[in-house]
Amino acid sequence: MNLDYSPEEQQFRVEVRNWIDANLSPDWEEISHRQAENMDAWMAFLKDWQHKLHDAGWAGISWPKEYGGRGATINEQLIFTEEMAKTKAPNLMNVSIGIELVGPAIIHHGSEEQKQRYLRKILSAEEIWAQGFSEPGAGSDLASLQTKAVIDGDQFVVTGQKVWMSWAEYSDFCILLARTDPDVPKHKGISCLLIDMKSPGITIRPTVQITGEAEFSEVFFDGVRVPRENLVGGLNQGWNVAMTVLMHERGTSAIGYQIRFRNELDDLIRLAQSHERDGRRVSEDPAFRRKLAQAFIEVEVLKYNIYRSATQMVRSGKPGPESSIVKLFWSEMDRRQKLLGMEMLGMYSQLVNGSEWAVDHGKWPRAFLWSRAGTIYAGSSEIQRNIIAERVLGMPRG
Amino acid sequence: MEFGFTPQQEMIRNEASSFLSRECSIPLVRELMDTECAHDDGLWEKMASMGWMGLIFPERYDGVGLSFVELSILMEQMGAVLLPGAYFSTVVLAGLTLLETANDAQKEKWLAPLAAGSLKATLALTEPNGSWSLSSASGVKARREGDDYLVTGTKLFVPDAEVADLIICAARGENDALMLFAFDRNSDGLTVTPLKTMDQTRRLYEVAFEGVRASRGRLLDGSHNIEASLERVLVNATIALSAQMVGGAQRVLEMSVEFSKTRIQFNKPIGSFQAIQHRCADMLLLVESARSAVYAAACNAAESKQETGLLASIAKAYTNDAYGWTAGEGIQIHGGMGFTFEHDAHLYYKRAKADEFTFGDSNFHLDRVARFIGL
Repeated sequence: MNLDYSPEEQQFRVEVRNWIDANLSPDWEEISHRQAENMDAWMAFLKDWQHKLHDAGWAGISWPKEYGGRGATINEQLIFTEEMAKTKAPNLMNVSIGIELVGPAIIHHGSEEQKQRYLRKILSAEEIWAQGFSEPGAGSDLASLQTKAVIDGDQFVVTGQKVWMSWAEYSDFCILLARTDPDVPKHKGISCLLIDMKSPGITIRPTVQITGEAEFSEVFFDGVRVPRENLVGGLNQGWNVAMTVLMHERGTSAIGYQIRFRNELDDLIRLAQSHERDGRRVSEDPAFRRKLAQAFIEVEVLKYNIYRSATQMVRSGKPGPESSIVKLFWSEMDRRQKLLGMEMLGMYSQLVNGSEWAVDHGKWPRAFLWSRAGTIYAGSSEIQRNIIAERVLGMPRG
Repeated sequence: MEFGFTPQQEMIRNEASSFLSRECSIPLVRELMDTECAHDDGLWEKMASMGWMGLIFPERYDGVGLSFVELSILMEQMGAVLLPGAYFSTVVLAGLTLLETANDAQKEKWLAPLAAGSLKATLALTEPNGSWSLSSASGVKARREGDDYLVTGTKLFVPDAEVADLIICAARGENDALMLFAFDRNSDGLTVTPLKTMDQTRRLYEVAFEGVRASRGRLLDGSHNIEASLERVLVNATIALSAQMVGGAQRVLEMSVEFSKTRIQFNKPIGSFQAIQHRCADMLLLVESARSAVYAAACNAAESKQETGLLASIAKAYTNDAYGWTAGEGIQIHGGMGFTFEHDAHLYYKRAKADEFTFGDSNFHLDRVARFIGL
């Protein structure tokens, strides 16, 4: 057991860092600050950034080489995401859905034609993807979804409603779960389809979130025709595909999170050292010092949890149900961390972006509100606890 | 980076686990709880024959020469079975102190037999103020008399002092310099009085020194900076104790899950209720996270890295909360049975509380972390 990187891995880290320094344009943070007002500029910047990453071979670092990836080891992925996060470089825009969810789903379950058709354009961000899983009546109970896909000749006809689809407006395709057999147990009648978002019959209605932004949408499918060859993983085999997607969403995706949260904690510490309350800096208040120390401890523990789970992934070859522990940990921790930011700011926590009195462009109240999302998406904390209880601890099903 | 056990470490873990479940069963622990010293010589001999007392000491002092990671693996298994007796005081407290601060002759004299299992020892550090800051260990004084020293004062919360052959005492000399003396248990003027404690699986003592005479050879003088050396001992002891705590918490989780599968209420095993499942899931999260923190600290300690002190405080603060909460939930899940003396849940609950305050509670370590990170 050791925490030291090999000389090759350290060399790899230098390579990654040098590349980022040379390629990330200095004005990106300014564009990022204004993304709420100017989403189009932000998306244009992200597309360009992704092209650079793709050209240099960094996109799809975890993917097999035969599909345009780098075939990197888990430790190399860890180093890459750590370095990206350390420089606060923006993530690949297609990363959370296209590269980490849709890619593995197609790699594991797709046909050779699908792999040739879709994978490279995910990496290059020529095609952006959305995920059509949740429905108004199917959140935690995903398998009860009602969107129908009826076979008509060499096509599926899709009718139904999806909700909470991130980036739907900016997406070219979506990976969608639909019911193809209503007469079998609910997990066994679901199929997974790849749908062109420009197909006739699709209506996108952005949903305003508690932050005031509209990052996700509800999407209506009204007799949308989908070629039969866009079926992934076989008819009525969609649940297996969904499980692959969700395992990756909870497992590999979190691999660089410890640095993201460490960055945010460092900002919190800087805030404590600059913000004054009751005539002294927050960092001089013994109660806040302990809370900040606790927040620091939790970020460190998250890091070592992720390192352990990375080693486990190397040994077993894939993320397991243990990834639920990491997901539960970071999402619950995020809420405590952002709540602490609010507590430190006191009345100033009320000032959002746009007020000239706002601290750090109002990022703390925004982050505080955002922190409510993590314990809900990709399987709520309650679902993660169910998974841990049943699949890790082997407790009887309720 | 490979943050998981090597095959050899896996083997040590399995060996320790099967040895301890065989040789240190709960009935034995309960039997020892009622004895004067909560120490069993038979078990001690068997552990010695496994080479455990010398595990981390150099081979030239009859040790095995393994690293702090292997010691932590052993500790975790010892915590799982609530091992009573003088192992921790002897190997971790006294052993590491001798390794850090004794001169070569003293190591030959005391560390070698300690590593071989023929000498039991402890460290008398804390005083009636109950503090784990070295600066607070200031009430026991060492006065020079010719070539000897005379030590006077009271130490409190000293583990296993009755069964120890050797008691290492921290005292303040001229200019308040910290000094360490190695006394035989039966020295004139040295009185050991047992303390009645909540956790009966281990023994703590008051040790009174009334002009106890130490010849020059009993002053540990192998270190240029006693304070820094003793600080390192405490940091490593903190990690070792945290590892024990993880083992205890893991066992409580296992007991709770097993119980919840067989206990029927409302015609169902209670483990099928989400109220119970989610408690157990949270216990697992805490136990696994504490384990990550402890292993990280152990890896750093094994290589004496600069960050070891910070990681020890992270591990202890996190493990205090994790074990405390888990042990409490263990009683709750066992319901009325969990509140009986006959059930084992309270043994872990009491051990968790005793460990929590040993080497610093969470506030103590949070304050250290705050300083480490430059607040």
